[in-house]
Amino acid sequence: MSVTSVLDVKDLTIHYDNHPAVDNISFDVKQGDCLGIVGPNGAGKTTLFRAILGLQPFSGNIKLFGFEDSKYDSIIPLIGYVPQRVTFEPNFPATVYDVVSMGLISDKRIVQGIKLIQECDCCWNRIYQSIKKKDDKITQALHTVGLESLRNRRIGELSGGELQRVFIAKALVKDPLLLILDEPVASVDVESQTKFYNVIKTINEQNNITVIWSSHDLDAISKYANRVACMNKKLFFHGEKEKFFSDKELLKTYTESSMQMHMHDHNHDVH
Amino acid sequence: MILEALSYGFMQKALIAGIAVALICSFMGTFLVLRRYSLFGDGIAHVAFGGISVGLFLGVFPLWTAFIVSIFGGLGLQKLRQSTKISGDAAVAVVLVSGLAVGVILVSSSGGFSVDLFSFLFGSILLISNEDTMMILGISAGIITTLVILQKQFLHLTFNEEQAKLVGLRTTLLNYAFVVLASITVVTSMRLVGILLISALIVIPNITAMMFGKGFKKTVCISMSISVISVVSGILLSYSLNLAASGTIVIIAVGILVGTLILKSTGILRKVDIKTPSKITHNS
Repeated sequence: MSVTSVLDVKDLTIHYDNHPAVDNISFDVKQGDCLGIVGPNGAGKTTLFRAILGLQPFSGNIKLFGFEDSKYDSIIPLIGYVPQRVTFEPNFPATVYDVVSMGLISDKRIVQGIKLIQECDCCWNRIYQSIKKKDDKITQALHTVGLESLRNRRIGELSGGELQRVFIAKALVKDPLLLILDEPVASVDVESQTKFYNVIKTINEQNNITVIWSSHDLDAISKYANRVACMNKKLFFHGEKEKFFSDKELLKTYTESSMQMHMHDHNHDVH
Repeated sequence: MILEALSYGFMQKALIAGIAVALICSFMGTFLVLRRYSLFGDGIAHVAFGGISVGLFLGVFPLWTAFIVSIFGGLGLQKLRQSTKISGDAAVAVVLVSGLAVGVILVSSSGGFSVDLFSFLFGSILLISNEDTMMILGISAGIITTLVILQKQFLHLTFNEEQAKLVGLRTTLLNYAFVVLASITVVTSMRLVGILLISALIVIPNITAMMFGKGFKKTVCISMSISVISVVSGILLSYSLNLAASGTIVIIAVGILVGTLILKSTGILRKVDIKTPSKITHNS
């Protein structure tokens, strides 16, 4: 495997109560890629992400930066993840700053902190520097998503678009090597979507952070991703976006299956 | 009157121990309320009742048996929630009645309720000894230190357990540590307001503090202040009016809650949604 391979998924299968949610898929993601994953609701996109993050049992093989098994767990904190849904108490007493700072905590950083204290002659100065550095990181992450002015606002008082950017800042604050975003602009207004896409473009191109992003928005995928994966439990396509969007048959199949799934959900809701 | 009260040794001990208990209950309570463990205090206090009965039955210092039984009760409660489909409130109910049942059997076997048992049920802050005061201070210092060290981890765990796991936090270990700390907090605090009213000190100052709509640290500070004000004024008022200290403390805490609600309804306090049943689901 190439050293530039960030993610390598091979023969991945996941079952829920004997029904396949992900059926024998294989693909890889290279350093600096912006991979857009498309597929209808229930296609297994979230399940795939959860498997990559070690939250979902699976059969097959997943390697992160070439690592698997026990070393895999130590890589997971280096992934920034923005889930499709984050549920919290409306009165949760946390500010934007508090939530973004949660992204900084990791065992690695705690151990580094302890080492710092033990090795240091002038501990307080070093600890102050460390704290200052963390504060700078949070400020930088908030700047990237354009939320510096809301840093002391309680999260329960934010709009959907603002909350979305808080969770992206939380994922960015740890300086991730890989960013996974699960349908990040669903239920967000058009203006916020444009801001979001620009943030992702900056992160991917200027900071060279690899991005994997699921979406139903084919226009956005065609504009911002460089590679596309199309799945509906099975993987139908994985490759350059130009190839995907030039394949009319594939696009038609995707659109029809997406529409059928939508109609199925709609009928299910009605009944 | 206040100066006269403060000149008594038993009042000094009551106030010192009371302030320590107020601080640990409000700090721990912030996490308990946000994790929807509001009745955890009640559950563990009733398990502690079983532990106290074991101590009185065996002739051992009852607080030690209460600590041991409560910690195991708390761990059992956590295990019940994690490994079965029993919901949180139902799990608390199972643990609560189990502890109470053990207590009732042992109390009836040993000839009925004693003065000692009543002091644990309803609190006896004015009767605590020097040793009790030192023990409460020592344990409280330990709990506050641990909470200060682990506050960021506990806050993340409380906010979203899955997200906490993804930044490398050992969530299972932290959950058990949380339950053990909460159990120790409850048993330590029983001398102040008693088994039957312990939840009040854990829940009321925190739901009041959350109405101020501040961030985590400020909310904890407000909650601690409300708790200390309730305990100090409750103890002094109970001395002046010859009332039960535990009940007076709780009524003052409830009074502050009602006062805050009135301030909010008149718009003096910034309008903040104080609904607790529903959660915000952020569909990104």
